Amino acid sequence: MYPSRFRYEAPRELTEAIKLLHEGQGEAKVLAGGQSLVPLLKLRFAAPELLVDINNLPGLDYHRVEPDGTIRVGALCRHATLERSGSLAQRQPTMAAAAPLIADPLVRNRGTLVGSLCHADPQGDWAAAVTALDGRVVAAGPDGVREIPIRQFATGPFENALRYDEIALEAVIPAPKGTPAGGYLKLERRVGDFATAGVAVAVELSGGLVTRAGIALCGVGPSTIAALDAEQALAGQALTAAAIERAGDLAAQAAQPRRDHRGSVEYKRHVIRTFVVRILRDIAGAAERAA
Amino acid sequence: MTQALDEIKIGGLGASRRRVEDNRFIRGKGNYIDDITLPGMLHMEILRSPVAHARIRAIDTSKAWNIPGVRLVLTGEMMATRNLAWMPTLSYDTQAVLATDKVRFQGQEVACVVADDPYVAKDACEAIVVDYEPLPVIVNPEQAMAPDAPLIRDDKENQVDNVAFHWQVGDKASTERAFAEADVVSRISMHYPRSHPSPIECCGSIADFDRATGKLTVYMTSQAPHIVRAAVAMVAELPEHMIRIISPDIGGGFGNKVPIYPGYVMSILASILTERPVKWIEDKTGNLISTGFGRDVYLDGELALRRDGRILAVRMHTTSDHGAFFGDAQPSKFKIGLMHSAFACYDVPHAHLTATGVYTNKAPGGVAYRCSFRVTEAMYFQERMIQAAADDLGMDQAEFRRVNLVRDEDFPHRTAFGFLTDSGQYGRCLDVALEAIGYADFRKQQEEAREQGRLLGLGISTMTEPLGAGNSREYDILGIKMFDSAELRVHLTGRAILRTGARTQGQGHETTWAQIVAHELGIPADDVVVEEGDTDTAPFGMGTYASRSTPVAGAAVSMAARKVRAKARKLAAHLLEVSEEDVEWELGRFYVRSAPDRGATIQECAMAAYANMPDGLEPGLEASAYYDPPNLTWPFACYVVTVEVDPETGVWDVLNVVGVDDCGVRINPMVVEGQIMGGLTEAYAMACVQFITFDAAGNCIGSNYLDYLLPTAWETPGFELHEVVTPCPHHPLGAKGVGECATVGGPAAFVNAVMDAIKPYGVRNVDMPLLPDRVYEAISQRHDVSGAPPVKVD
Repeated sequence: MYPSRFRYEAPRELTEAIKLLHEGQGEAKVLAGGQSLVPLLKLRFAAPELLVDINNLPGLDYHRVEPDGTIRVGALCRHATLERSGSLAQRQPTMAAAAPLIADPLVRNRGTLVGSLCHADPQGDWAAAVTALDGRVVAAGPDGVREIPIRQFATGPFENALRYDEIALEAVIPAPKGTPAGGYLKLERRVGDFATAGVAVAVELSGGLVTRAGIALCGVGPSTIAALDAEQALAGQALTAAAIERAGDLAAQAAQPRRDHRGSVEYKRHVIRTFVVRILRDIAGAAERAA
Repeated sequence: MTQALDEIKIGGLGASRRRVEDNRFIRGKGNYIDDITLPGMLHMEILRSPVAHARIRAIDTSKAWNIPGVRLVLTGEMMATRNLAWMPTLSYDTQAVLATDKVRFQGQEVACVVADDPYVAKDACEAIVVDYEPLPVIVNPEQAMAPDAPLIRDDKENQVDNVAFHWQVGDKASTERAFAEADVVSRISMHYPRSHPSPIECCGSIADFDRATGKLTVYMTSQAPHIVRAAVAMVAELPEHMIRIISPDIGGGFGNKVPIYPGYVMSILASILTERPVKWIEDKTGNLISTGFGRDVYLDGELALRRDGRILAVRMHTTSDHGAFFGDAQPSKFKIGLMHSAFACYDVPHAHLTATGVYTNKAPGGVAYRCSFRVTEAMYFQERMIQAAADDLGMDQAEFRRVNLVRDEDFPHRTAFGFLTDSGQYGRCLDVALEAIGYADFRKQQEEAREQGRLLGLGISTMTEPLGAGNSREYDILGIKMFDSAELRVHLTGRAILRTGARTQGQGHETTWAQIVAHELGIPADDVVVEEGDTDTAPFGMGTYASRSTPVAGAAVSMAARKVRAKARKLAAHLLEVSEEDVEWELGRFYVRSAPDRGATIQECAMAAYANMPDGLEPGLEASAYYDPPNLTWPFACYVVTVEVDPETGVWDVLNVVGVDDCGVRINPMVVEGQIMGGLTEAYAMACVQFITFDAAGNCIGSNYLDYLLPTAWETPGFELHEVVTPCPHHPLGAKGVGECATVGGPAAFVNAVMDAIKPYGVRNVDMPLLPDRVYEAISQRHDVSGAPPVKVD
């Protein structure tokens, strides 16, 4: 596998990286973990003229939970770090559930959450988790820094809202107002396979009611899908069996799967429904035990 | 008295000696084809067809020639001027080296570029413009045999349809009579999907033609270098003594590296034309979409049964999809390999098999991935038919097998298809396996679980398979008889070098062969170096595949060592100053019968062969042996798998796997267990996820590791292994083949387990791989699921 010819730069300053991207006029790609980009280069599905390797940029390899509960994940924070993170395990159940299911251990050692969001693969796990959590992406460009809500970040399959001379620096997960609960389930044919269907659920509970619900689906549409009707139906409700079933039905309706070698439309919808119900039942069960 | 040698300590028969080849492999010091660099070497890349069936209107290579660093661009037209556009396959068909008239499968070789570096070669491939006129595409036998199907092989004279062959074996009339008398006829149809051996190292070659000497040296990923030399001599019309094939360390073969691929031939011609060494290293996609695959066979099977559970007769019809060229590697006499070894472990009086092979617009090969010539399909079909028949009779799975398995006292046993099985303890193997899995307890748990809506299942697979072709009377490839060879040279200090005509590619020959020498001569295994793969130094052999190395080449090692021992006896008599008749042998030492303290070690004999030989005796201590086995070897295996199926998603998890293998005497038990574990992993792979399919346009789905899924350590279950030993009556060490037993027998155990779990839904068959969506469909719709039709991707 021999990629096409490309120029490679590894700047040490953010301003220089942005300058290089700007000069690249859309023919440059940012290299962080490289777990999606490098295979695309080798298959010659991608042939950028310039690779801007951001691994030498200082101060981007972090994740932290701020005192108010906001979570920030830097552009060079690897999946494996998040998988092993004690603070995520304690504070953010949806992300903690998703982290060990990202690809395989080799990919998790190199790949990054922010890179995964930028790649905007409709089957991406992190995009579903961050969408369920209503996160944001912080991007820097020649004109400064801006925040892009995750639900406006992916603009299509493998396309995102960044301008060609912007770099995504950070993903932000807003602080929960109630008690966060959630989960992530995906059906994969083998560890490391892309999701046949994946479901991320993030709810906030207060006084036995759901105060906020986020449900996002991957693998079943041209991009990550926020199951808006299911989210709305749960908001303000107790997690009764009927409410859970209803959320499952609505999420399955929100899915836009296509038939392929991973399964039929009906099957994928059925899996979405099953997973939504399973995660919500687990949450309800845990809440009941805690109460 | 001297202490007798401890055979295990010197690494002899039965020693679980650590693999000596691993010393270099685990240090990254292996020497694979891509590690080799020759002075002045050029690099070759292949341009492949993006479409499955099209006429080539024109190929424009002018842009490619103009790229700096490009040395040569080859097309089919140029190959044709040297009579090399087509080459023979190992099954008496022809195969395009570079397409001249049409492309017949996606990934077919259309042109190649030779350049100073592989990047330039790849760039130049992309600069070649090919004008394709699309033709209708055929991706399965049903389409191939339709009355109005387009003719794929219009290159062949007298070919009027897409049928590659019809073949049959067995007794049609007696089988029909038995079916007429049956109480119950059990029928089942299924597809064994196409898969790919997918060795981690892809294929490759470095051809180095020396104009000055006229010698062609080819470094090549080949499991059978001597067959390649013979074929190159015949196809390229080069003198055989001027061809040297060197097969360096091989990063996995599994049958994928038996055939001769177009890339090898192109690199040879490119070296002759450029007078420079030319390296071709295939990429993963090239390997997956163009080289030898396994399986892709459909079965219609029937068993004639008596109410008490006895099988009266078997009738099978197979339809096999060979792709664009009939390029299987198999013994010449048998068009569908040894498919008729099916039911060899059962006492079945009458049998008839018909087989139809067809051409489709898919890659050629059918090399029978880790499988002794289609026995993988044979045993899978057999064990799926057995399970369905037991269910039809309402009989317990284990009991139905016990009733029909050949009994120990019935050996030698002639199968209904004509094979002679010679040894085994089939009932005992089954007992050991059932005991290990806790059969009766599991059936109780299964009942209880069903009441709670949980689906547990247990699958059994019992089988014997023919391993170790020849004998030479019946088995040949392209007329060359299937024997094998060994040459043993003992140096004066008692150290030795052994060469064989086999070619290890993970089987551990360097370890195991030395143990055979240790067993026969008492020379410590560490004192024996094993060398294979260089046709200039190794004796002629048919190579390593079909689990034939221990049965054939391993036997030749024994025989060569015994010849050395016979000569050493003369030297010992001379050293001990007694007549040869007065000399006795114990491991590693000759001694005087009447005075056991007086002896000469094998090392002392070796020294005498060079420094103190008796008058009239030829100096040196070496021997060669060519071994033509009297029969195949017939190992037996019983695999039992338990699973739990999630009825809501169709996902299934393996609970336990038990394997009981009787492969006769185990030379290195650790190596044998490694082979069985590897085989069971591949069996699990076939059953759950590993297959290559095509969409209706002939696009290969499975062209890289994103789509072609191999199970990893994460999902592969653990295996509990047991052994039973019934020595092979004709092998010099009592050993039988084993490399492929678990790949062959394993898949049915996994599938039978899942089918057993979902039996309450009235489902009789789900085709492999048992992907969650297929299992869910079977459960939710309560019907069989065939994986055969091409997937229409929306």
